[in-house]
Amino acid sequence: MNNWQILWQARDQFWSGFLSTMTIFGVSISAAFVIGCVMLYLLEGSRSRTTILLRIFIDGMRMLPFLILAYLLYYGLPSLGIRLNAWWSGVGALAAYHGCYFAEIFRGTRLTFPPGQVEAAKAHGFTKGKMFLRLILPQIIMQTRPLLGNQLIYALKDTAFLVIITVQELTAAANSLSGTYFIPTEAFIVVIGCYWAVSIVMEVIIKQCGRFSTKRGFDNA
Amino acid sequence: MPETGLEFSKEPTEVAVSIRNLSKSFNDVEVLRDVNLEVKKGDVVTILGSSGSGKSTLLRCINWLEQPERGSIHIAGERIGVTDEGRAMSVKALARVRAKTGMVFQSFNLWPHLNVLHNVTEAPIHVLGKSRHEAEAHARELLDKVGMSHKADAYPNTLSGGQKQRVAIARALAMQPEVMLFDEPTSALDPELVGEVLAVIKSLSAEGYTMVIVTHEMSFARSVSDQVVFLEKGLIIEQADPETFFTNASTERVRKFLERNK
Ligand SMILES: Nc1ncnc2c1ncn2[C@@H]1O[C@H](COP(=O)(O)OP(=O)(O)OP(=O)(O)O)[C@@H](O)[C@H]1O
Ligand SMILES: [Mg+2]
Repeated sequence: MNNWQILWQARDQFWSGFLSTMTIFGVSISAAFVIGCVMLYLLEGSRSRTTILLRIFIDGMRMLPFLILAYLLYYGLPSLGIRLNAWWSGVGALAAYHGCYFAEIFRGTRLTFPPGQVEAAKAHGFTKGKMFLRLILPQIIMQTRPLLGNQLIYALKDTAFLVIITVQELTAAANSLSGTYFIPTEAFIVVIGCYWAVSIVMEVIIKQCGRFSTKRGFDNA
Repeated sequence: MPETGLEFSKEPTEVAVSIRNLSKSFNDVEVLRDVNLEVKKGDVVTILGSSGSGKSTLLRCINWLEQPERGSIHIAGERIGVTDEGRAMSVKALARVRAKTGMVFQSFNLWPHLNVLHNVTEAPIHVLGKSRHEAEAHARELLDKVGMSHKADAYPNTLSGGQKQRVAIARALAMQPEVMLFDEPTSALDPELVGEVLAVIKSLSAEGYTMVIVTHEMSFARSVSDQVVFLEKGLIIEQADPETFFTNASTERVRKFLERNK
């Protein structure tokens, strides 16, 4: 039996690792997106204690290596009496970490948002929350689309770190197979193929979404 | 037009906007000084004055985009910005009173992610709570009125300046405001597009809409106004009917201004 045949026989293990990675990715990136939007909303308005603390938090997170955050949640939180299993620690770390990146991406674009549009909204009787949801956020998302796509790929790759806190995902599957049968090259080639395939699909989808914003004159993609 | 029929049948002296003893400063510089102005329902008041005289600020105080330090503003009898107890209005209450005014900006400020129809229905649905069906029917009427119904599905980035401004007018009208506020609605337009926007505003005045207009278009001001107000360094120094204002102004300053802006 050659190495590829061994891998083929272990395809169930890959498949369940892949599903696990996709689940972790889907859950954490959705949460991160919501976190980013909520943070953007909290940053609306003039400088206050909240906005300053939030900015410090966002920057602190962004400047932290992801792996250390994952370690902290998994190994550090129990000392505070909070015990999360590996899966939830991983998802929590991904969501918080990339949520901060999302927030920062949104914030950068929010700074260039035309104040005239906000005035028009106020003049038409919009309150802050509705204005944010209906007028500001949709435009910010359309405008930041290419950056968000990039961030999705980062987040996908970061799921691989979770092998270190014992989450059974795709990289973990490859790791264990390569250890058991000593076929590291082939196992990891399969894994790379998976990450690439998912990334390419995401790129295509994000690009397709660009039609929305192009039609409205937001970019020339 | 049914709504204007109603307006004409009301008491001619009914007041749409009443501004009393209004003062406003920016960083200790007084931009408006003890301004008093009454706009009757159905009247068109134009505000003239040189750059920096406080015209925009006055307009923006009316819908509380700027908060004056002193004085009061009532829209159709209801005070904006301040409650009966003299406290600052809650955000909700302010938004409700604000919705009684419609504002048209120099730079249009359409919402680019929404098409023309949805620009017009956005606030009626999400602020006034109208049904989508009702809002769209009304929006189509208004777009027709400003000659933009053929562009209902277009996005703002595909429109000319004059078209954008006409949509912005329809958007403001959709709130069924007590008063329309125009801040130099044609100043950002290419000369050949000014006419179409002024024609729309004129047709609104013929329908009996109450309007306060800041403009630099003298002949337009003369033909459309019931009252002309001249601001100078935050003071109203002349206030008259258009005939008197343009032919027989009492202050030297106004006569000079008219001479220069012929
Ligand atoms: N947000 C602000 N902060 C500080 N100063 C301001 C602000 N807005 C207006 N001003 C000042 O107040 C004065 C009146 O401004 P305003 O915009 O009301 O004038 P205007 O008559 O509309 O002029 P223009 O014809 O140029 O539009 C100007 O001196 C301006 O610099
Ligand atoms: Mg101005």
